[in-house]
Amino acid sequence: MRGVRGRFGDRLLHAYTWLIILWLVAPIAVMIAFGFNDKQSKSNATWQGFTLKWYGELFAIPDLSDALVNSLLIAVASTIVTVVIGTMLGLALGRHRFRGQGTTNFLVFAAISTPELVMGASLLSLFVSANVPRNQITITIAHVLFSLAFVTVTVRARVVSLDPSLEEAAKDLGAGPWATFRQVTLPSIMPGVLAGAMLAFALSIDDYVVTSFVNGSELTFPLWIIASVKTGIPPQVNVMGTLIFGVGVLIAIVNAVAARRRT
Amino acid sequence: MADQSPIDTPTDRAIELEDVLKEYVSHGEVVQAVKGVTLDIAEGEFFSLLGPSGCGKTTTMRMIAGFEEPSKGVIRLHGRDVTDVPPNKRDVNMVFQSYALFPHMSVWDNVAFGLKQKKTSREEIKRRVGEMLEIVDLTGREKRRPREMSGGQQQRVALARALVNRPRALLLDEPLGALDLKLRQAMQLELKRIQREVGITFVYVTHDQNEALTMSDRIAVMKDGLIEQLAGPREIYERPATTFVAGFIGTSNLLTGTATGGVLKVGEGRVLVPGKEGEVSVTVRPEKITLAKQEPSGDVSALPGTVSEVVYLGTYNSYAVRLADGDEITVFEQNAHDATVTAERGDSVWLSWQAQHSYVMGS
Ligand SMILES: Nc1ncnc2c1ncn2[C@@H]1O[C@H](COP(=O)(O)OP(=O)(O)OP(=O)(O)O)[C@@H](O)[C@H]1O
Ligand SMILES: [Mg+2]
Repeated sequence: MRGVRGRFGDRLLHAYTWLIILWLVAPIAVMIAFGFNDKQSKSNATWQGFTLKWYGELFAIPDLSDALVNSLLIAVASTIVTVVIGTMLGLALGRHRFRGQGTTNFLVFAAISTPELVMGASLLSLFVSANVPRNQITITIAHVLFSLAFVTVTVRARVVSLDPSLEEAAKDLGAGPWATFRQVTLPSIMPGVLAGAMLAFALSIDDYVVTSFVNGSELTFPLWIIASVKTGIPPQVNVMGTLIFGVGVLIAIVNAVAARRRT
Repeated sequence: MADQSPIDTPTDRAIELEDVLKEYVSHGEVVQAVKGVTLDIAEGEFFSLLGPSGCGKTTTMRMIAGFEEPSKGVIRLHGRDVTDVPPNKRDVNMVFQSYALFPHMSVWDNVAFGLKQKKTSREEIKRRVGEMLEIVDLTGREKRRPREMSGGQQQRVALARALVNRPRALLLDEPLGALDLKLRQAMQLELKRIQREVGITFVYVTHDQNEALTMSDRIAVMKDGLIEQLAGPREIYERPATTFVAGFIGTSNLLTGTATGGVLKVGEGRVLVPGKEGEVSVTVRPEKITLAKQEPSGDVSALPGTVSEVVYLGTYNSYAVRLADGDEITVFEQNAHDATVTAERGDSVWLSWQAQHSYVMGS
């Protein structure tokens, strides 16, 4: 009896799993598919045949290309800054006891749970009252602000699980503080740093809400797309989305392979 | 017991601790982990710090390595005051209890780490790391990662990583603690061999008395942050300085009472304590006691009692004998050719031993 029920339960679980996967993948599949849609009308919502021409004309819309370049530059810059500051913060919070540690911990979590709308609005009023012109730099600052906490948390988790005698062993063997950090500490927390970097990049490249407050007259990729919703999103957007998604999948695969080789 | 040449007056002092004290503040309370330790360790000596958990062994060793700064006192390495010198500038290396091998490096890179820090030439690193891996019998495993090795192998990598730097002293904090008994015993011999081969001073922390007794030239027995006794293994075993040492090292029997005229009366029996008067405590090792059915004659300590337990332990039998006052005495008896026991459970027996085997503490 149990066997029959068990088998039925297994089937149900299988079906359920596939439904979830379908649900997750469907929008991405549609995005990718419509990058190949040979559309004639203005809208890119009905399937009209297969073509590769949008891949050929990827940069045919100068404004869109500029927005994408903008987004990539901002993502790279904010990721670098975030990783440097976030790693230092994560190390300090995971390793040492210091005055103000509780406050810092609290602020890190506050930064994660603050609604983007609030963060965007308050940043805008800060920049306006300080008379700072809004451009790529203010966008980058904003992106660093909202991704910093995520990098800090991933690095801190890694630091906490780090055996403190590893660093002592390095010092014991003659390594100074910098050599110890570079040769022992950093490689040990690297998985956390890389995970944090990927998060920061992903958060930055598709941010709309905060960016829309502090962009001034600059357009990023997400801002350009939202602006073009009314007139119809060109297939180039699908292609760019597909390419960004492809790079993401590639990184995930490389990471998985590296992780398997490590164990 | 390797106690052929107890080094009582070190001529060449490798490590000196002078009244070293270490206080920690935890939760607003001052904890004295080490309460004033003075000791000299000679060049080339195998020196052990032995004591129960929490007695300050690790703290003492970490101060020698430079990871902790003494709250008071002076530490000298080869005559140089290193009290304020950071660990990376000290001429000693440490083998950690957890091994602390760098997980992201191969065995080779782990062992070469110290030499690379010192900017040793490529050829010399190659030669010395190769030699050292040969000494610890790990040739051919250079490319492995630490986690791909067994506990014993990791232990030897840790040893090689420290020894390759040719430190003037090697500090080992319970290096065999994570190994099972068989491997432990094999590694004890191995460590001894390596120490002879490289001729470096070893400072060895352990809470295992057998390990300390078999391996050390000298032992410092610690308790509550203080040294109870510092001597060679034989002396520590035969002539424990305090009741704590007597109880901690090996099995021993303790008798206390008031002596009059060099004799301690225990019920109908007597314990000879020549020249002692008043409160005394007497320690006797189980293997020094003879067990017999008749009252012994002659000038020996003798106690009557009843056998409450006989345990066959292969090479010897262990008896528990209850005295009239309820105290229990342990006696080891070498297994005879015919494998018979002298007494059974419930038998009345006499225990006796020579006066020289009583170790008397007190006035
Ligand atoms: N960082 C610290 N802060 C506060 N107290 C400490 C600290 N390190 C050690 N102690 C205390 O100092 C005492 C001695 O500790 P230590 O580690 O030297 O003992 P040990 O002899 O090595 O013991 P074990 O055999 O268990 O390793 C203990 O009571 C311990 O609780
Ligand atoms: Mg310890």
